[in-house]
Amino acid sequence: MMTNTLISTAMRVGLIATLAYAPLAAQADTLAEVAGRYKIQSSSRVGFTVSQVGGGGITGDFKKFSGVFSLDNSNIGRSVIDFTLYPESVSTGQARVENFLRSDAVFDSANFPTITFKSTQITQTSPDTAEVAGILTARGKSGPASFQANLADHGKNSITFRVQGKIMRSRYGMDVGTPIYSNVVQFDMTIRGQRS
Amino acid sequence: MLRNSRDSFGLVSILFHWIIALIFLGQIFLGYLMVRTSDFTLQFNLFQWHKSFGFLILGLSALRLIWKFLNVRPRDPETMPPIERVAAHAAHVLLYLSLFIVPLTGWAVASSSPLQIPTFMFNLLVVPQLPITISDSAEAFWSASHAWLAYLSSVVAAAHILAALHHHFWKRDAILIRMLRSRVVGTGSKHAN
Repeated sequence: MMTNTLISTAMRVGLIATLAYAPLAAQADTLAEVAGRYKIQSSSRVGFTVSQVGGGGITGDFKKFSGVFSLDNSNIGRSVIDFTLYPESVSTGQARVENFLRSDAVFDSANFPTITFKSTQITQTSPDTAEVAGILTARGKSGPASFQANLADHGKNSITFRVQGKIMRSRYGMDVGTPIYSNVVQFDMTIRGQRS
Repeated sequence: MLRNSRDSFGLVSILFHWIIALIFLGQIFLGYLMVRTSDFTLQFNLFQWHKSFGFLILGLSALRLIWKFLNVRPRDPETMPPIERVAAHAAHVLLYLSLFIVPLTGWAVASSSPLQIPTFMFNLLVVPQLPITISDSAEAFWSASHAWLAYLSSVVAAAHILAALHHHFWKRDAILIRMLRSRVVGTGSKHAN
């Protein structure tokens, strides 16, 4: 069906789970409600892990970020996301590691206060998942990056995705510590959007 | 000759001596430098080189000690006064001890640090952490111990070097020469000028 998009399917799954006997007509109404523009909430979590030789690694998250995304109800491919995070807000539970990450050895947050991601192509991969491809810009360098988004939860004015992806930090001039610390940064994010 | 004789050091002992001596001096210099740079990337890399060479010293010293027990020790020069023999041997014992204790306390620094940065020796071999307490205060204790023992051992090394130079330039005996070439050189004899 034409409205078989991430959102419509997700809404249908949700409706089936909660209102098994809801009339089919309700789908379109709910879909129309979910489609729209969302602002990413500070209750979201932007976590990352960099593994190290011999097991374990550095895990942490970024406390400050902002962004918006819009969901298109008829064609998921027309949905877009624009995300900014502030590397100064990196948190690992270890001050020395944080200072190292903020320094010009890694983020150089004094000269490059933001890391941005702008989607270029969103492709639905299953009823409740999509691949979000875009351009990641960090430390003045831009490169393609892609993330897997899973619909986790949704309400009338809010929606939550779990977003995961891997970034090669060498592309952004942040390869200090390799190969002791992996070149791959694994992101694991919970992105909560509130209708704006 | 590979093995020591009663009159001279063999090639293996000579190579152990100079390779370890070179790395030891490099490590003192590297250790001094790496805690004084404000460049984080350089500091990280210098620390990793320091750790790799430290484990190299530890490994080579273990092999050297085994080799030492399998070989005879060349005689001291007959002209050497007893007090100097005692002083020289005491310095050798201290230097041998420091070749083990200094790297081991360095290993304790890496193992006790809350940063838990893995030791990936020359990016080839992961060295496990010692099973010791991990805390900022433990790291501070081992860091201070490591630095003090390293600087103390370099004072002993300096005395050892000065003594060798004294033998060579003032006493004009073959003490230094026999650690430079493995050919038979009579101990106590004057070296060629």
